Amino acid sequence: MAILRNKLRPFSIACFVGLAGFVALAACLGYGQTKDTCLDCHSALPDPLGVSQEKFSQDIHAQMGLTCASCHGGDPTSDDPDKAMSRKAGWKGKIDRKRIPELCGSCHSDPAYIRRFNPSLRTDQLGQYHTSVHGKRLVAGDTKVAVCTDCHSVHDLRAPSDPRSTVNPVNVANTCARCHADASYMKEYSIPTDQFAKYSTSVHHQALTVRGDLSAPTCTTCHGNHGAAPPGVDRVENVCSNCHTFQAQMYEKSSHKEAFQSASLPGCVVCHSNHAIVHPTDAKLGAGPEGVCMRCHTPGDSCDQARVALLISLGRLDEAIKSADQVLHVAESSGMEVSEARLGQDQARDSLTKARVTIHSFRQDLVDQDIQAGLKIAAQNLRAGKAAMVERNHRRLGLGISLIAVGIVLAGLWLYIKKIES
Amino acid sequence: MSPLRDVRNWLDQRLGWQDLIAPLRKKTVPLHRLSYWYFLGGITLFLFGIQVVTGILLLLYYRPGASEAFESVQYIMTQVQFGWLIRSIHSWSANLMIFTAFAHMFSVLFLKAYRKPRELTWVSGVILLFLVMGFGFSGYLLPWNTLAFFATKVGTEITGQVPIVGKPMMIFLRGGEEVTGATLSRFFGFHVAVLPGVATLLILLHLLLVQRLGISVPPKLERQWTANPSAKREMKFFPNFMLREMMAWYVALGVLGALAAVFPWNLGVKADPFVPAPAGIKPEWYFLFMFQTLKLIPSKVWFIDGDVLGVLAFGLLGLLWLLLPFFESDQPSRTKGWITRLGVFALAYMAGMSVYGYLAK
Repeated sequence: MAILRNKLRPFSIACFVGLAGFVALAACLGYGQTKDTCLDCHSALPDPLGVSQEKFSQDIHAQMGLTCASCHGGDPTSDDPDKAMSRKAGWKGKIDRKRIPELCGSCHSDPAYIRRFNPSLRTDQLGQYHTSVHGKRLVAGDTKVAVCTDCHSVHDLRAPSDPRSTVNPVNVANTCARCHADASYMKEYSIPTDQFAKYSTSVHHQALTVRGDLSAPTCTTCHGNHGAAPPGVDRVENVCSNCHTFQAQMYEKSSHKEAFQSASLPGCVVCHSNHAIVHPTDAKLGAGPEGVCMRCHTPGDSCDQARVALLISLGRLDEAIKSADQVLHVAESSGMEVSEARLGQDQARDSLTKARVTIHSFRQDLVDQDIQAGLKIAAQNLRAGKAAMVERNHRRLGLGISLIAVGIVLAGLWLYIKKIES
Repeated sequence: MSPLRDVRNWLDQRLGWQDLIAPLRKKTVPLHRLSYWYFLGGITLFLFGIQVVTGILLLLYYRPGASEAFESVQYIMTQVQFGWLIRSIHSWSANLMIFTAFAHMFSVLFLKAYRKPRELTWVSGVILLFLVMGFGFSGYLLPWNTLAFFATKVGTEITGQVPIVGKPMMIFLRGGEEVTGATLSRFFGFHVAVLPGVATLLILLHLLLVQRLGISVPPKLERQWTANPSAKREMKFFPNFMLREMMAWYVALGVLGALAAVFPWNLGVKADPFVPAPAGIKPEWYFLFMFQTLKLIPSKVWFIDGDVLGVLAFGLLGLLWLLLPFFESDQPSRTKGWITRLGVFALAYMAGMSVYGYLAK
């Protein structure tokens, strides 16, 4: 027994040293950790006072090491609620809505402080907010307007790049719609509440949510975010031109620019609308229900004639591309190799797209340059498709002749076999 | 004396030509109601010849390499005179050759032609079938299009499932961890040098064995002919059978020409390693039964990984298939029925799984 005890001694010492080391390591890791007792109670409280540990752990501020006291003040190290939430300890309690922007701005407008966490984060949000309709009305005493936490959420605030964030591009429209699509909430402001419904039918919404193109515009792209305000009738094209550069350049040179300005018409919106903007088709140039020109112009006037000429030009190229596509499709399904011509069709389509962009100049000569370039390419491709079809027919003729030759040889062989075996 | 006879005599005096072809003159082919199955080996050999000729012609323009392969095949299909025909015949002939090789193998199995003393003919034939499938697998990548790229990726990944040697084998086949231009160079080397060399030697051995051992007759007929030698019917190999074989070749040529002219082999889209694999990617039809089986095996069978189990099972079955003649009785009266039943099951399984794999999404 004694021998066994002696043998076990080194093992016992090793266990003791290991345990002591573990305790020391745990103590070192725990050192410097600030005690935060707020969630001990608030995680058990119902809304609006309840904040669960799980919810707060999702908050980017919590992840950066900030605590409840960073915004609400007080002494989070005390287990005694009276001491923890004493005014003496700087406890602020529930933050008044009016004071929220200033509270957030106390850190977010301080470049030196923000740099410690994210050097690329902007620090002009508060300044911008004060220029916004929301900010101005808040100062005027309207507490129904949006403050930071209404859009960014609170206690589970995530970085905008997080797809779950309320201000992630994909979610922005829904966030704005929480107020702006609520007719009863917006009743006193006398502004429409159908923007979100219209936007949901738009090509922009489709690009953002269906195609997942995060560069597609949402509410804040045109209205601004912290400095949110309507773009203004005379500035609409400046907003659209951020993305639609070439269309804007063409429009700048056009006669419509001056005409719209003098009539106080909102540029791009006149023809394309704003929130419910749909994918434009050539029918916009037509005289049918989708046509927009004849809303202002008189039938038969010089502008109407120019419109018809533009529409015919676009139609010609569109038809030429379709004809070439059709022939190439038949050639391809016959097994002919026409991939180069297929690639060329993309160039022709590019020309058509370019011509549709040039329409914004409302100049036949400029549009015709693109149309002619496209027609030339489409004609080349059509020729390639027809040549492939001729080649296909040659092949089939060659096959027919070859099969006849094979048949003759087979018959000859059969007769020869019969002859030698008879 | 005709000039042709002069040449023949000249050659005979120097090479002993008549002695060389004497065995062919004596060679006979058994004549019975299933004799037409004997054409399949010859058709496969003819299609192999077509592959060699068209392959050499394609080599005149084909350039291996990730940046050139697709373009060179595109050039062959669009710019080279009759390039489309040569490439289409090469591709169609490859598929027909694999089909006729399978058909030849099953005909040999059901006619029980693998029995003693023809075990080595069977073994060489099955190895040739494996080589032909290797030709198909390596050649499929050469145009460097999207389907080929991802099929090779999947195929080499399956090789990587083999325990212990799988990973090194996969890296050897790919020339690295991934399918790249290095894989293409390697597959090109296998396709135009290694496999043709080995296949040619094996074909010569296979033909030599057929020549030495003669053509087998089904056991039932063999028993009848042994009991009643006067009932035995034969045809001279040269010229009678050879002429008929040539007719079969001409028919094969006509079918090939028609397929190439009406359905020229598709070029596809150039491979881009950075795009995701197209949905529902499948291998060539002759690998489909194995691919579909691997897909159906659960990811874990007991404690073994499903893919590993599948690959090992196919490896073992392939080996047993190769050694099939050694399980057969050498007495015509005591042939094993289970081998025929196994053949029927294998054929039904392969056909069924291939159709299932083709239709499955």
